[in-house]
Amino acid sequence: MYQLLKQIAKTGIVTEPAPHPDAALRAVEQRLGEAILKHFGRSLAIRHVDAGSCNGCELEIHAMNGPHYNLERIGIKFVASPRHADMLLVTGPVSRNMEVALKRTWEATPDPKLVVAIGDCGCTGGIFGESYASCGRVSNVIPVDVAVPGCPPAPTAIMQGILTAISSGERR
Amino acid sequence: MRALELPIDFKPIRGAMPAHHATTGAGQLRELCDQARSKGARLVALWGSDETSRSEGYALHLALALPSGLLWLTVPLAPDQPRYPDIADIYPDANRMQRATADLLGIRPDGNADRRKWLRHGAWPEDAFPLRKNFDAARRFDPGPDRYPFVKVEGEGVHEIPVGPVHAGTIEPGHFRFSIVGEKILKLEERLGYKHKGIEKLFEAKTLEEGAKLAGRLSGDTTVAYAWAYAMAVEGATGTEPPPRALALRGVLLELERIANHLGDLGYLGNDVALSFGFFQFWRLKEDLLRLNAELFGHRYLMDAIVPGGVATDLLPPQAGLLLERLEAIGREVATLRSIYDEHAGAQDRFIMTGQVLPELAARMGLTGFAGRASGVKHDLRVDYPVPPYKQLDPRMASHTRGDVAARVSVRFDELLESMRLVRALVQQLPPGEVRAPLAPAKPGARAVGWIEGWRGEILVVLETAEANRIHRLHPHDPSWQNWPLLERAVMGNIVPDFPLINKSFNLSYSGHDL
Repeated sequence: MYQLLKQIAKTGIVTEPAPHPDAALRAVEQRLGEAILKHFGRSLAIRHVDAGSCNGCELEIHAMNGPHYNLERIGIKFVASPRHADMLLVTGPVSRNMEVALKRTWEATPDPKLVVAIGDCGCTGGIFGESYASCGRVSNVIPVDVAVPGCPPAPTAIMQGILTAISSGERR
Repeated sequence: MRALELPIDFKPIRGAMPAHHATTGAGQLRELCDQARSKGARLVALWGSDETSRSEGYALHLALALPSGLLWLTVPLAPDQPRYPDIADIYPDANRMQRATADLLGIRPDGNADRRKWLRHGAWPEDAFPLRKNFDAARRFDPGPDRYPFVKVEGEGVHEIPVGPVHAGTIEPGHFRFSIVGEKILKLEERLGYKHKGIEKLFEAKTLEEGAKLAGRLSGDTTVAYAWAYAMAVEGATGTEPPPRALALRGVLLELERIANHLGDLGYLGNDVALSFGFFQFWRLKEDLLRLNAELFGHRYLMDAIVPGGVATDLLPPQAGLLLERLEAIGREVATLRSIYDEHAGAQDRFIMTGQVLPELAARMGLTGFAGRASGVKHDLRVDYPVPPYKQLDPRMASHTRGDVAARVSVRFDELLESMRLVRALVQQLPPGEVRAPLAPAKPGARAVGWIEGWRGEILVVLETAEANRIHRLHPHDPSWQNWPLLERAVMGNIVPDFPLINKSFNLSYSGHDL
C-alpha cells in the first residue's frame, strides 16, 4: 500500500487543459436550443458505437479517458446503453453487417440526441469506401451532426468534436 | 526437393522467412494433415482462391508451421464442385476458417464438417461469393434474413444472456451468447463477422504499392506487424532486399507497438479488477510512449511507417538518444507497477485461476501468441526462425504454464521488458545506410509470404501476384482466428462478472478477423 500511495504522490496530476470547440467540424447547423445545450455542457452521456472500424479510432477513444485528457472531469462520460445516452460517438465505415445494429442503437437513443462521426472512415468511408460489405460514411446510415477527420484523430481532436457538438456555433 | 518433415515435393518461396510451397490432391490432404500434426506442425491459416481466370477451377490453401519453416500447401479443386475433405477434426482451428472460405468462395468441406455460415450475415445471399473473380465488388444486395443456429443449453435454472454486437464499453462489435446458471458461465458461443468490410476483395483492385496503406488498417492496434508482413510479402514477390538499417528500424517499430499494447492492456486489467490506479498509471505511460512515437516517427500508432522496400522514416542520433532515455524512464515505472500488481492481494485474487486454458487444451486447439505462451505453447517467430534484425539479438521467449489471467499478465510484463531490451540493442547497433530500397516489378503468378510475430501473435500475409504489379489474391491472417475459440473455453465455469477481465487478458481483434 505504501508503494502505491508513493507512486500516486510522485506522479501528481498530469491532466491537460481541454480543447475549444471548432465550428469547422460541423456537418449541419446546431439543431438544439440554448437551454438543452446548457444542460449537455455540464453533463453529457456518450454511447460509443464501433460500426466497422479497424479499431484505430477506439485506441484514441480509450486514450481520451486516460489521465492526460481525463474526459470525465468536464462532465462527459461513456454509458453502457444508448437508452442512457445523449450522444452517439460512431467510428468506422458502417459495415453492411452493422447497418441494422447502428440504426437500432440510434433509434434507442432518446431525443434530443447528437451524433459525432469519428475518423476518416466515419467522415467519408475512408480507405474502405462503399462496397458489397460497406455502406461507407456514417451519414449514409444515420444523421450526423459533427464529423472529426483523422486516421485516427488524436484524442484532443475527438474531444474538440464532442465539445463542438454541444456548443452553439455556425456551420462552416 | 523434399521437405524434411513431410513426404511431399516442394519449392522454396523467395523471401525473408523460411517458406516453401507444395501442391497436393484433395485425396491426400487428410493424410498429409495427420502427418504434419504428428510432427508438431501448427495450422497457421486456411483460405481459398478463385483460379477460374486461369482456367484452373478453385484452390484451397493451408499454411502450416513446421520446424523448417512455413509450408504453403495448395489443393487444386474442380470448377464445378469445389469440395475438399474436412480437416477440422485434425486441426480444430480450421473450423471457422473453413466456414469463412465457404461464405466467401463457395469452397466447401465434405464429411461431417460444420456447415454453418461464419462471416456472412445478411449482406449478401447464400449463392453469391464475394471473392469469386466474377463477383462485382460494388454490388449491393437487399439485406436478407440473418438466422444463426446458436447451440441451446437447457436444464433447470439455465438462461441466456445475449451480448452485442454493440457492447457496453468501447469495444469492437461482436455477439456473445452466454448460457448461465446463477452467476456461473456454462457455455459461451461467439458470433463474429460484424466488421466484415470486404478487405480481401479490395486488395484485388490494388497494385502492390497501393496495398500497403490498406494492410496497415487491417487491425489498427497491429498496424506495424501487418505493414511489415505485407512489405515482407511484396519484397519476396519482387525480389527486393530491404536495407539493413530499414530492418533494424522495423524491429524498433514492432517492439514499440508491442510495448504500447501491453501497457494499455495491463492498465485495463487493473481497471477490470477495480484497481483504477493501474489504469491511470499505465495509460499515463502509454500516452507518453504514443507522444514519443508521434515526435520521432510522425504517427502515434506508427501507421504507414513501414513501406514495401524499407521504412518511410529514419532515426537520427539525437532522436535515438531521446528514445532510449524515455524508454528507460517508462521501464523504471513499469518495474514499480509490476511490484505493486504482484503484491496487491485484491488484484491477484481476481487474476489467479481465472480464465484458465491448460497447456494440453491450448496445444490441441492451436492457441497462439502471448496467450499461447502463457499456456505453455512455446512458439515465438522471433525465436523459432531468427532472421534479421532479430538474429543477432537472441530474443528471450517469455512463457508460463498456468494459462490463467495471472499467467497472461506475467507474460505480458516479461515481453514488455524484453521488448525494451530489444529496442535498446537495435538502436545502439543501428546499421548505417539507406532506409528504403526501390521495388523491382513482380512477375505475375509469384507467390510470397510475410510472417511476423505481432504483439498478439503471428501475423501472416500470403500473396500471389497478377499482371502489371497487381494482386491476384492476398490473404491476411490474424492470430485472433486461433484464439477466439479458446476464449469460449477459458470462460467456462467462471462467473459472468469475470468475463470482461478474461476477455481483456486475451484482447483479441475483431477487425483483423472479420476482414
